[in-house]
Amino acid sequence: MSFVPGQPVTAVVQRIEIQKLRQGDKLILGFSIGGGIDQDPGQNPFSEDKTDKGIYVTRISPGGPADVANLRMGDKIMQVNGWDMTMVTHDQARKKLTKQKEDVVRLLITRKSLEETVRLQLKSMLS
Amino acid sequence: MDNESQYSGYSYKSSHSRSSRKHRDRRDRHRSKSRDSSSRGDKSVTIQTPAEPLLDAESTRGDDRDDNWGETTTVVTGTSEHSISNEDLTRLTKDLEESTPLECKRFVGPALGGCLSFFALVTPLAFLILPQVLWRDTLEPCGTPCEGLYVSLAFKLLVLLISSWALFLRPPRATLPRFFVFRCLLMVLVFLFVASYWLFYGVRVLEPREPDYRGIVEYAASLVDALLFIQYLALVLLEVRHLQPAFCLKVVRSTDGASKFYNVGHLSIQRAAVWVLDRYYSDFSVYNPATLNLPKSILSKKMTGFKVYSLDENTTNNSTGQSRAMIAAAARRRDNSHNEYYYEEAEMERRVRKRKARLVVAVEEAFTHIKRLQEDEAASSPKHPREVMDPREAAQAIFAPMARAMQKYLRTTRQQGFHSMESILTHLQFCITHNMTPKAFLERYLAPGPTMQYQQQNGRGRQWTLVSEEPVTSALRQGLVFSLRRVDFSLVVTVTPLPFLRLGEEFIDPKSHKFVMRLQSETSV
Repeated sequence: MSFVPGQPVTAVVQRIEIQKLRQGDKLILGFSIGGGIDQDPGQNPFSEDKTDKGIYVTRISPGGPADVANLRMGDKIMQVNGWDMTMVTHDQARKKLTKQKEDVVRLLITRKSLEETVRLQLKSMLS
Repeated sequence: MDNESQYSGYSYKSSHSRSSRKHRDRRDRHRSKSRDSSSRGDKSVTIQTPAEPLLDAESTRGDDRDDNWGETTTVVTGTSEHSISNEDLTRLTKDLEESTPLECKRFVGPALGGCLSFFALVTPLAFLILPQVLWRDTLEPCGTPCEGLYVSLAFKLLVLLISSWALFLRPPRATLPRFFVFRCLLMVLVFLFVASYWLFYGVRVLEPREPDYRGIVEYAASLVDALLFIQYLALVLLEVRHLQPAFCLKVVRSTDGASKFYNVGHLSIQRAAVWVLDRYYSDFSVYNPATLNLPKSILSKKMTGFKVYSLDENTTNNSTGQSRAMIAAAARRRDNSHNEYYYEEAEMERRVRKRKARLVVAVEEAFTHIKRLQEDEAASSPKHPREVMDPREAAQAIFAPMARAMQKYLRTTRQQGFHSMESILTHLQFCITHNMTPKAFLERYLAPGPTMQYQQQNGRGRQWTLVSEEPVTSALRQGLVFSLRRVDFSLVVTVTPLPFLRLGEEFIDPKSHKFVMRLQSETSV
């Protein structure tokens, strides 16, 4: 998941659809995000490359909508409803996720284990 | 003439006259130099004797005079810029060696230097006066230009006199083993210069009885100008050249490894040695022979090695094998002395701290017994008649309660040789007089001070031997090593040049100092 400026990023992604849960008068997703281009990437415990300023899932509240939808801690969010999340500030990411008019978010997330899985599959298919 | 045993080589400014001290120094230097081997035998180091004022870390020597100093090195103790030359001195010493007693030799050096400088200063005046005296009638009168020259001559001579006094008329602080190259160079220059002026004067003026007086006055003025320039040269060579640092000297004391680094300029080895010794007396803590050795309890364990017996009948070529076997066996044996050393050190430290605490408390208590009598209190004394004491009596009065704690502390830290009861009392009196607190009084005893603190101020010189593989008048350069030896320890000096510095420049726009917060926020969505 390392990124070279100016080059397109390729990653194996998984599509996750989360239904927002109404709690009081707010719609919540049940997870926390960290990261952003205005944040310090060196303190991100989930990223492999410590210069990666993407948005990461830092906490999942158990039993919440994100947990139900199989979002895992440490996932990097690449897109939210079509909006790119790889080059956004923390606040912009939060805004994209908490639009009160939408009650479902479709995320494209990537994680390390996805790549491993795909590679293994390819190997087994080819051999 | 004094008969007490003294040392030369490193004499301090004292109240004694310069010449007599130099005389003592010169004599003792030569004496000790030639009897170096024998003097070690009658070394007497005085420790733990209350009557003896101070431990002279440099041991005392015998008293008898030695007249058999066949001297091959010469000493120049210049006092003015025109100090005596080495050649003159060797010539004179050969002459005076058998005939005159040593004290005359003392006066020869400075006297000749003084004579030469006096001669040089009087020469212009002589140039002016001689024609007036000898052939006044035939002289052309010269009006205002001559008077202008007189005035300038007078002022230049005055300046020469004052600056010579200020710069060069100082008692020397050290006698060097070889002559001081720059000084000799300068006085040879002066001598040649003045002599050549006299030569020309004699040939061109005195003989033909030159009537042009103005020319003579100008001649004298040019001599004074040239003398001023020679003095400038002397100033630069002797005083200024060595000010800019060029080398770093590492000075290590051979007995306990105390070391310091100093920056010096371009000096010869002997001058650098004097410079280092200057700093040694105020920077290095005093040499305490009692603190050197590991405790006997630890060392004795090592002594009991085991013997190796060879069963071979041929023992001649087995000696090296035997010693090697012993060394290997000793190395293999499990050695616990480091353990004992560690515990011994810890124990010693604890003991010192305990004694120190007792001492501090005792001194604090003792100081509360006296207080300074104010002026107005004396008037009200009839109410409580108190005994008024002077500082000495006050010191004696409060010394008693702290004496025992002090003695125990000094004994534990092995400083008892440096401080006698008399010296402690004197110091106490000094502290009381100057309103010092107990802590200020104790500062002298809690840490070993620099060697200067323990020196007696009786004008004794200190004898040091400069040991060097290079000739001592050669200049310092990289990798040079020389050592300064006293009887029981030595200072090893290593010379390294200071690194060449390439200084670059970087301009920082003051507006470029901008900062952002490092955030690591986590938002729940």
